[in-house]
Amino acid sequence: MDRPAHDAPLDGNAVAGLLGEAFAFETTLALVRCATCGRTDVVARARAHVSAMGAIVRCDGCDAVLLVVVERPDGTLVSTRGAAWLRAPRPADRPY
Amino acid sequence: MTAGATGGWHVATVVGARPLTRSARELTLSVPGLEASSPGQHLDVRLTAPDGYQATRAYSLAATGQAERADLVVDRVPDGEVSPYLVDVARPGDLMEVRGPLGGYFVWRPGDPGPVLLVAGGSGVVPLLAMLRARRASSSRAPFRLVCSVRGPADAIGREEIDEPTPGVEVHWVFSRESPPGWPTRPRRVADDDLAAPGFTAADGPDVFVCGPTGFVEAAAALLTGLGHAPDRVRTERFGGA
Ligand SMILES: Cc1cc2nc3c(=O)[nH]c(=O)nc-3n(C[C@H](O)[C@H](O)[C@H](O)COP(=O)(O)OP(=O)(O)OC[C@H]3O[C@@H](n4cnc5c(N)ncnc54)[C@H](O)[C@@H]3O)c2cc1C
Ligand SMILES: [Zn+2]
Repeated sequence: MDRPAHDAPLDGNAVAGLLGEAFAFETTLALVRCATCGRTDVVARARAHVSAMGAIVRCDGCDAVLLVVVERPDGTLVSTRGAAWLRAPRPADRPY
Repeated sequence: MTAGATGGWHVATVVGARPLTRSARELTLSVPGLEASSPGQHLDVRLTAPDGYQATRAYSLAATGQAERADLVVDRVPDGEVSPYLVDVARPGDLMEVRGPLGGYFVWRPGDPGPVLLVAGGSGVVPLLAMLRARRASSSRAPFRLVCSVRGPADAIGREEIDEPTPGVEVHWVFSRESPPGWPTRPRRVADDDLAAPGFTAADGPDVFVCGPTGFVEAAAALLTGLGHAPDRVRTERFGGA
């Protein structure tokens, strides 16, 4: 068994590796808008629950699910249903 | 194998292991193909059991700037699945997989003028140590203040190195369970007085990095925003746990 899902949350930054399998840009610096409450912030500042299955990223404002990441043998699947939109970071946002 | 931003999994070989405290150990990995990292970044480490079962955990890089090499410091979480193996069992020659370097948010850039306030609980000092090492290795004059909370003196990771006198760097230890002999204060939790120091107040607009177990990070971040730091200047890295 892996870590139980009720564990204390991590930061969205902790999901960089998982999301990086699905996107070609630094996802944790991408802006995400919560479809439920409208909060707009970088993915790194959302709350993340990581388990052996993948990760659930929740809005830090209203706790709605923004992203679900599932690792499967045929690839990494990202559901973005809770996000109104996701904007890739501009080159200036990159620290390195 | 992957079109994603991470470059996928790399094979890593343990090339060094050094105990740092009674529960923490430094592991050095040789990782062909791994890019040089920035201070504050982490790796995902994946272990595979003989029966094929896999477990993945994130570990911060304690030193940065050198490609194809990873310096980790792992603190044992009792009954944990992965950390007891990394602290007590792994030895030079052992293989694992790593993905990274990861994360663009919890990163200090040596070009930034500062000031920088670093707040660590326990093993949360690891990415902050990478920032401190990068500052000492660069020509940066950014004022640094590192507040380290540890249970007792025997739990302080890298204390000698952290305490090395450096102009512009101040270090402040907080002992939460057991103070060293002769220490002026009784064991206590991090409080406002530890975080508010001249040159690093909210009015000075420092970049703040807070790292450690989730409970520690949330308590420290609440103190910092209570002291007037703008929430978007307070970057957090929660390690998990209670
Ligand atoms: C971005 C990031 C960077 C990290 N960097 C480091 C690092 O540099 N060094 C390091 O030692 N750890 C680091 N961690 C924590 C690490 O990823 C693991 O969570 C930790 O080693 C425990 O894993 P485990 O498999 O041994 O325990 P698990 O089997 O995952 O957990 C066992 C029990 O311990 C609790 N627990 C889990 N994590 C912690 C924790 N950190 N503190 C206290 N209790 C916990 C869980 O709630 C669970 O009940 C980091 C985490 C993140 C997200
Ligand atoms: Zn929301």
